[in-house]
Amino acid sequence: MTEQEIYAKLASHFGAKVMAFVEEETLNPTVIVEAEGITDVCNYLKDTEVLQFDSLMNLAGHDPDGESDLSVIYHLYSTQLDHYITLKVFVVREHGQVGSVANIYRTADWHEREAYDLYGITFDGHPDLKRILLEEDWEGHPLKKDYVAAEFYRGMRIEKVK
Amino acid sequence: MGALNHKFNENILITSLDKLLNWSRSGSEWYFQFGLACCAIEMMSAAAARHDLERFGAMPRSSPRQADVMIVAGTVTLKMATRVKRLYEQMAEPKYVISMGSCANSGGPYWQHGYHVLKGVDQIIPVDIYIPGCPPRPEALIEGLLHLQKKMREESVLAKKEGVS
Repeated sequence: MTEQEIYAKLASHFGAKVMAFVEEETLNPTVIVEAEGITDVCNYLKDTEVLQFDSLMNLAGHDPDGESDLSVIYHLYSTQLDHYITLKVFVVREHGQVGSVANIYRTADWHEREAYDLYGITFDGHPDLKRILLEEDWEGHPLKKDYVAAEFYRGMRIEKVK
Repeated sequence: MGALNHKFNENILITSLDKLLNWSRSGSEWYFQFGLACCAIEMMSAAAARHDLERFGAMPRSSPRQADVMIVAGTVTLKMATRVKRLYEQMAEPKYVISMGSCANSGGPYWQHGYHVLKGVDQIIPVDIYIPGCPPRPEALIEGLLHLQKKMREESVLAKKEGVS
């Protein structure tokens, strides 16, 4: 199935929850999904006979410029039917919330923890949402572009170079 | 040894305690077997057949209790720094530290944007030898170990070691 066909199928099934379809030259064709709807959409993509998206290849957070909304990007693949789709969800910068897909794709477990760790996006329904790379007592989420590094961490100086 | 010369049987040697200890220490630089980044690959290569660190009496030990030298081989992240310090404290005296590569020396490529990297392992533990390079080749590590041997041979048991509080 082409991405266009997959989008058409999603749009007819979910209506307003599936917001748009973006096709750009340099990016994978992407379906924009509402934050609350992502769990349902992934369940549908995985269980529908003609879609069978059984593999989540990647899940990543993204901060375009330090001002506009953050996003979470899902790259799905069907090993049975050999087709791809990319999903994108926008969330607000502070305390953004997205439904967790960790119970649908086990891959998402650590990926969602990474996105939480580095972007501060909360995934509702995640089995064990805590930092994965940085220490538990770390302050802030460093891959956000408005992140300012602290001066000290546990008494160790973090030098700043201009 | 002046007055004591030729007073004993043939197979008895006379030397000073300093010299004896320094000789034995410098001939058995047992290093702590852990690596933090790509420098560790060069360290492994230095230990393996082609460069064969055991020629110098240097062999890897997996426990800090048995190690004499800590080779900090790689990027010291702030998360790892607390562990590195604890491992150093677990080593028995006399202990030595080699800072291997740009990252351990000064933060290296993480100097400017490394919010998570300690800019030099000498901020948390005293360093005896710095080896430049990114990563240093095994020859450089061997030269560092030889310099450390030289340093060990000039030490005195009674003198206080520099940098240790």
